[in-house]
Amino acid sequence: MDPLQLCLLISAALFCIGLAGVLTRANAILTLLGIELMLNAANLNFVAFWRYGQAAADSINPVIFVIFSIAVAAAEAAVGLALVIAIYRHKQSLRLPEANQLKG
Amino acid sequence: MLPSAEIILIAIALLMLGSATLAMSLRNLIHSALLLVLNWFAIAFFYLWADAEFLAFAQIIVYVGAVSMIVLFAVLLTRRQAADNTQKLRTASRTLSGLLAAAATFILIVWAIFKNNITAANPADKLPPTVDVKEIGQALAGPQIPALLIVGVILTATLIGAAIIASPIEKTED
Repeated sequence: MDPLQLCLLISAALFCIGLAGVLTRANAILTLLGIELMLNAANLNFVAFWRYGQAAADSINPVIFVIFSIAVAAAEAAVGLALVIAIYRHKQSLRLPEANQLKG
Repeated sequence: MLPSAEIILIAIALLMLGSATLAMSLRNLIHSALLLVLNWFAIAFFYLWADAEFLAFAQIIVYVGAVSMIVLFAVLLTRRQAADNTQKLRTASRTLSGLLAAAATFILIVWAIFKNNITAANPADKLPPTVDVKEIGQALAGPQIPALLIVGVILTATLIGAAIIASPIEKTED
């Protein structure tokens, strides 16, 4: 199999594992961990295309993009977990099905 | 005989996908967080395999070094007794529909990859691209300086906001 296709399949599998984790788990922290997995899978895609794709050989833009993506994902994890801590302080529970006070 | 590049890639992929699957399916939150750290290590190995060394070490420093600490702090600060560590899944029908949605997404992405014949560009005669740390520094200080400044502002704002959100509300006499 083409190495690019293999890398893309791996990143697609990682993305879908993260998606399955987000959709099936009831804990808020595990949902955030699934989102981190999905962000990492997108970064894998960038590196796979940088390594094997048809871009110019001396282009480092994908590498710069991944650096910024890592930074923004870390910031988003910090905010998400701060929200989780705030919710826990209010409700003493982290189960997402029970966090429905704003539900219409 | 040294293993070929594809075999190393498949080994890295098995470590990555195996730790991700276990992390998303275990009941114990701390085990999930530690398995996710192993997954981030495996992603760093992938970056090393693809000749992106700076990215591999940036991944280790940021994810394994910092985000894992945030996650473990959040896990440890949000439990009252040891029994809170084990998490139930949602109901069976929700779990099944979530897994079906993820499988359908995977099939869709794989179909898109193979339908469009996304192939590598001449893997035999193309030299692997290399990136100097000096080049990255010059790019970040030169053409990419707006992005660097914006990410700096984003990080400052999010960390101040996270600290404010997570701090307890002081009850004052009004």
